[in-house]
Amino acid sequence: MITFEQVGVQYADASAPALSGVELTVPEGELCLLVGPSGSGKSTLLGTVCGLVPHFTGGTLTGRVTVAGRDTRTHRPRDLADVVGTVGQDPAAHFVTDTVEEELAYGMESMGLAPAVMRRRVEETLDLLGLAELRGRALSSLSGGQRQRVAIGSVLTVHPKVLVLDEPTSALDPGAAEEVLAVLQRLVHDLGTTVLLSEHRLERVVQYADRVLLLPGPGEPPVLGDPAALMARSPVRPPVVDLGLLAGWTPLPLTVRDARRRAAPLRAQLPPPAPQSAPAPAEPVATASRLVVSRGRVPALRGVELALVPGQITALMGRNGAGKSTLLGTLVGLHAPDSGTVRVNGLVPHRSRPKDLIRSVGLVPQDPRDLLYAETVAEECAAADRDADAEPGTCRALLAALLPDVADDRHPRDLSEGQRLTLALAVVLTARPPVLLLDEPTRGLDYAAKARLVTVLRALAADGHAVLLATHDVELAAELAHRTAVLAEGEIVADGPTPEVVLASPTFAPQTAKILPPYLTVPEVAAALDAEPPR
Amino acid sequence: MSVHRLLRAAPAPADSTLPHARSAAAHSRALARQLHPGAWWLWSLGLAAAASRTTNPLLLLLILAVAGYVVAARRGDAPWSRSYAAFLRLGLLVLAARMVFAVLLGSPVGGTHVLFTLPQVPLPAWAQGVRLGGSVTLEGVLFALYEGLRLAVLLACVGAANALASPSRLLRSLPGALYEAGVAAVVAMTFAPNLVADVRRLRAARRLRGRSDRGVRAVLSVGLPVLEGALERSVALAAAMDTRGFGRTAAVPRRLVRTAGALTLAGLLAVCSATYGLLTPGAHPWALPVLLAGAGAAAAGLVLGGRRTVRTRYRPDPWALPEWLTAASGTLVAAVLIWYAGRWPGALAPSVVPPTAPSLPLLPALAALVGLLPAFVTPEPPRSTR
Repeated sequence: MITFEQVGVQYADASAPALSGVELTVPEGELCLLVGPSGSGKSTLLGTVCGLVPHFTGGTLTGRVTVAGRDTRTHRPRDLADVVGTVGQDPAAHFVTDTVEEELAYGMESMGLAPAVMRRRVEETLDLLGLAELRGRALSSLSGGQRQRVAIGSVLTVHPKVLVLDEPTSALDPGAAEEVLAVLQRLVHDLGTTVLLSEHRLERVVQYADRVLLLPGPGEPPVLGDPAALMARSPVRPPVVDLGLLAGWTPLPLTVRDARRRAAPLRAQLPPPAPQSAPAPAEPVATASRLVVSRGRVPALRGVELALVPGQITALMGRNGAGKSTLLGTLVGLHAPDSGTVRVNGLVPHRSRPKDLIRSVGLVPQDPRDLLYAETVAEECAAADRDADAEPGTCRALLAALLPDVADDRHPRDLSEGQRLTLALAVVLTARPPVLLLDEPTRGLDYAAKARLVTVLRALAADGHAVLLATHDVELAAELAHRTAVLAEGEIVADGPTPEVVLASPTFAPQTAKILPPYLTVPEVAAALDAEPPR
Repeated sequence: MSVHRLLRAAPAPADSTLPHARSAAAHSRALARQLHPGAWWLWSLGLAAAASRTTNPLLLLLILAVAGYVVAARRGDAPWSRSYAAFLRLGLLVLAARMVFAVLLGSPVGGTHVLFTLPQVPLPAWAQGVRLGGSVTLEGVLFALYEGLRLAVLLACVGAANALASPSRLLRSLPGALYEAGVAAVVAMTFAPNLVADVRRLRAARRLRGRSDRGVRAVLSVGLPVLEGALERSVALAAAMDTRGFGRTAAVPRRLVRTAGALTLAGLLAVCSATYGLLTPGAHPWALPVLLAGAGAAAAGLVLGGRRTVRTRYRPDPWALPEWLTAASGTLVAAVLIWYAGRWPGALAPSVVPPTAPSLPLLPALAALVGLLPAFVTPEPPRSTR
């Protein structure tokens, strides 16, 4: 269906090629998962299939990519639109019209399909993706998972042979991600669509893949093959694979179910986990009580009670739109409460001067770019020192400790996601706030960057910071958080030690907990077995 | 592509019997459906044209009430349906500004009924003719009130059209040759709200850096990041539209494309010059024929140009009896008021010097009430499930 012949891509301003020597064929009707660390060329490879590389992005394409017999060199993206459907990371950037039904029809209108055909296909697609209830809704009123499904539906109506998806679930909560993946499964099974998909959160998708396309990193050619065989040598692995490697299972199990069936002997061998040393009880440094906050007419928080203790990392979980970001925003005074009280380090956030507030609480927003204004890393650090009235060089020293190899003259927008997050973290930490809030910090991070973040946050907590992170990443919460709170419809529905909360809920349980309860993470299992965790 | 052509040329036999039966049922008033956006815009422009002919506050308020009633009865539950209130507030703001200026700067109409006197600021000789402060007359205030009210009602009429049919739906009904321009306009319209949201988010982020989020400087300092974000979003949208087949064209002879372009351009030029001729005082017997010829040429150009596009329309809005009635009611209101204003100008523009109590002329009032027709003859808009 898709063939690559000696494909290489070189962007004009890059020193090394983004892709080189790709020589493979993706067969028809398979779900092919792209696996690789950040910067290994996953997005570029996806771009060559839909023709956006090089027609839209520039750069030089060598070799030849053919999709359903069409050469992407001579066909522009619009000429490939009837065979390749493309959905990017942000579905909102994909929408052209303003209601669900019109959006589904848009692609077909561009193709010039007959009205009767369009009508029929819109109905079929509404049913296939479970969107029938939403047909008349405005796109701006949909939730994240619904938007992603509409975006997939909008390219499906033209009946493409190939579907290209760039991180379709990374912005979604676990439930919505499952919704989207179930739809993809159905497409592969019922329609025989070839799906090419990249995703950082492998634990969500690897079990659905028929093939894995491994991009090991710069310099090494990509390999296409059996998922189990390739995951064993992949530099990025989901926990279930790590566990399989640790236990020496062959063939490697890729699903929780397979692993669970193999795990009985290991389960018998494992001692009950050592009780976690709870941090010494201390006075909370930030509290919210009976907090009610509205965003516009919508009540976002209804009577939230929360206390953050120094040295404790708290994970805040819940659906998209459950009120997580609003709670973080209220703690830094971005939203004024309708009723109830918030105190952070003795201050009332929305009544405090920003200058005083940053010494008490720091927030790294969902998109760290919102926090970065300067042209270079060095300027950004100097500005952070001035904002916080800190000794010149404080921020730069912090950054060097968190991330040793960032050049002073890089533009913040040119950094990788992980580097940018670390820079924003350093900027926030310059004012030495005792309370640190992070909104969805692992979005777009690969496993290596995530591991670095975990180390950094643990060190900060050990240093006496109270850390609160809002996240959809159950693996991160299990690994890092002492305590987990779950928000639903603006109310806290569960709050307690992480093992208790995540073991009680199948949605928020990490993979290891489903295989070897009550262990939550692979490193814990490795420690219990006195073995090195696989690297 | 060839397959799609075939599909278009020969629709599936099962469908061929449907359209007839469907059209009869689809236009029934009992069936909830969206009215053609063109009908709503014609209706509201009719009301606006009527409002522009009068300064009679009673008539203006009547028109405002008519528009408000129809909006309340027939708007959907989409986000843009709430824009009527926004336009009403804008109208009030305009009215208030007009009054404040009239009080501060005085009014062009003289008057003898002095209400109160503000201290007058002496101005230098070069500002002769401008007055700041001074006596405020009843006549001046009334004049400003009527004028401001008229503007506010005009705005409310536009707001009614916005609430009843979003402008992007209207643009969807453009002929094929103008489609791409229409999409550009739609994208530009979504650009503005996104930009506002970005400015808000980034201003809030300034607080996180310990800087003030108030004042002009806060807005200016986020300018560059906001523009960068907007640019990135536009590029992403352009890429998405390209991969979805935007801009696919049919192969047509070059000559046809050129002819279509020339016809459109010549037609529009003719229309412009003819309009100029019609609007300037003096007799221009050539204007009307040129106008008609120009409109014809432009239409022909658009039809020819439309052949290049392969686009089809999904569920085009039908134009049936409710659309005719809606458009006609708006036009009738405008026609009666324009005719009446020509015959009896005094009734539609109550005198302010000397101030008299305005009376409600019967015929225009009845005509304005005809504008209520759409609230009864159009189908209900479908409610989206929540």
